[in-house]
Amino acid sequence: MSKTTAVIGRRQAIVRETRHLLFTVTPGAAWIFIFLVLPSAYLMSVAFMSNGPYGLPEMPLSLTSFQQLAGQGFLGWSPGNLLTLMRSLWQTVLSTVLVVLVAYPIAYYISQADIRWRPIMLLAVVVPSWTNQVIRTFGWMNLLAPGTPLAELAEAMGMIAPNMGLYPSNFAVTLGLVYNFLPFMVLPLYAAFEKLNFALVEAARDLYASPFKAFWHAVFPQTLPGLLAGVVLVAIPAFGMYVIPELLGGGKGMMLGNLVANQFAGSANWPLGAAGAILMLIATFIGLYAMRRIGKRLGGGEEVVI
Amino acid sequence: MSDPQMVMDESLQRVEPQESAVGERGERLAASSIEMKGLHKRFGNDAVALNGVDLTIRAGEFFTLLGPSGCGKTTLLRILAGLEEADDGTLIIGGKDVTEEPPHRRSVNTVFQSYALFPHLSVRENLAFGLKMRGVGAQEREAKVAEVANLIQLGELVDRRIDQLSGGQRQRIALARALVCEPDVLLLDEPLSALDAGLRSQLQVELLRVQKRLGMTFVFVTHDQQEAMVMSDRIAVLNGGNIQQIGSPREIYETPINVFVARFMGHDNLYAITEREGCRVTTPVGTLELEGGSEGEFVLIRPETLDLKLGHVAGTNHLPGRITERLYRGSHAEYRIAIGATSLQATVNNRGHHLPDVGDEVTLVVSSEDLVTLSE
Repeated sequence: MSKTTAVIGRRQAIVRETRHLLFTVTPGAAWIFIFLVLPSAYLMSVAFMSNGPYGLPEMPLSLTSFQQLAGQGFLGWSPGNLLTLMRSLWQTVLSTVLVVLVAYPIAYYISQADIRWRPIMLLAVVVPSWTNQVIRTFGWMNLLAPGTPLAELAEAMGMIAPNMGLYPSNFAVTLGLVYNFLPFMVLPLYAAFEKLNFALVEAARDLYASPFKAFWHAVFPQTLPGLLAGVVLVAIPAFGMYVIPELLGGGKGMMLGNLVANQFAGSANWPLGAAGAILMLIATFIGLYAMRRIGKRLGGGEEVVI
Repeated sequence: MSDPQMVMDESLQRVEPQESAVGERGERLAASSIEMKGLHKRFGNDAVALNGVDLTIRAGEFFTLLGPSGCGKTTLLRILAGLEEADDGTLIIGGKDVTEEPPHRRSVNTVFQSYALFPHLSVRENLAFGLKMRGVGAQEREAKVAEVANLIQLGELVDRRIDQLSGGQRQRIALARALVCEPDVLLLDEPLSALDAGLRSQLQVELLRVQKRLGMTFVFVTHDQQEAMVMSDRIAVLNGGNIQQIGSPREIYETPINVFVARFMGHDNLYAITEREGCRVTTPVGTLELEGGSEGEFVLIRPETLDLKLGHVAGTNHLPGRITERLYRGSHAEYRIAIGATSLQATVNNRGHHLPDVGDEVTLVVSSEDLVTLSE
């Protein structure tokens, strides 16, 4: 008798909880499904269709877009797209490394500064990123244009031809990327530096580590989680960057993001654009996986990031 | 309170039988003496951490720096390690002036209060760290790590991660990580303060055993006078950046030279001398007959040197009073006895005879040679 009431009571509780769960989870899940899952599935299916008139996808299914992405056109093979891919990878790696080199000392310096000044210093790092990216990039165009002090200095040092300016160029793209992504590296690194256990550094010094070795064995591992988080925050958006190479790069500075955007707008080949987007996605996943492995190895088998 | 020297002897006897079971290392390591001359240290503008410390520590000695927090003992230890630089003065370790040497060029290792083990390295890698930094080859490293893991009886833990260890295990790993480098001097910064009482006394014995076995110079920092007495060959009591007294545990406990040392060693029966006539002095607890040649403005009566007699008996160094408090401790009883406006503590061993109770009128008897005079 009492056993059955207990069972019924429990069943009611389960029904109530399930209903509660449905009410709370459904809106979010529906949002993600409609605006993320469905469009992504559509985009992926587009990549496997043929290119129709006006660049719109049409049946039958084909792998032509991937062949085109690899450089196969009706005039035979050309390396253009592969060069763009390589340039994207190179620009991503180079700018990420440079961002790390610039951000690391900045983050350390801020973490060691007087506690009253730290919020102001962090704000100074972050505030520029509140301005529209396009406007900031136009700012760099003005700074790098022919006749500006920077361009004239480079000219005087014989690094560029007369009256050429520093943009459009790959150098300008790298500069733009480093500038743009600096805050995304400084913040996680600062967080890591702020909780640095200095006793470990002293222990390393006490155990015969020179200052450099103490940094490498006692400081660097402690900042690794922040560093890897920063690398993820910088490298992934940098790899797909559109605005900066568009404005500062010119024809020879194009990156994968521009290639994809052009297929959906200018030269109009939706299947090729979708194939490029998939390539970006795959490259991102490979990158994340690699970061995870590196984090695990350097973090002594512990999960460090993501 | 029992004789500190005896406590130490006991603890040594207790460990003797275990010794054959530990490690194959038989040889003693070369130990170094330490000489400090006029060490000064000041933090910021006002806080004086060390105020001209002169101290010589003998080779192979278990030396303890004892004092309350903020007395400068940790600063002194950090100067020995090279982690802090003295503003003034000279530091000589093993005959070599190391005042200006950075920490990695000193044959000195530290067991930190927080242990400071590297969380991203395994126990084995932690133990091998110092040897690796010194450029010792992988094979020799491996052998030495195995040996030291054996010495501290933690051989089975070497492949664990640090966060998988208990507090006591971490403490031992921290000790082993420093010992494996075979330094001339080992510094220990309150290494046992984070452990519970049982584990603490066990590790005290272990530490002492390792030190006697290796014959290494140990400089130990603590604020716990009991710990200091059990462990040390000699103790320096510090206060306000000054050394108050240096001596064996017995000297420090039985003949403190001033009120601070006496109070820090746990003594309460301290009385100001109000009148002096040769060897006879007047104090708030009565007139006392001291031994010849004693000087100082205070007299210390150690509770365990007092004899309790029932009733009021007249005589030299006989103090009549009434029991106001009795703490029965099994092996002994602690009494508080009112004498006039003040009071006195007495400890009486429980020999199974009658133990006087609260309210009893008693006479306290102390012999002149047990009375200690000391200065402010």
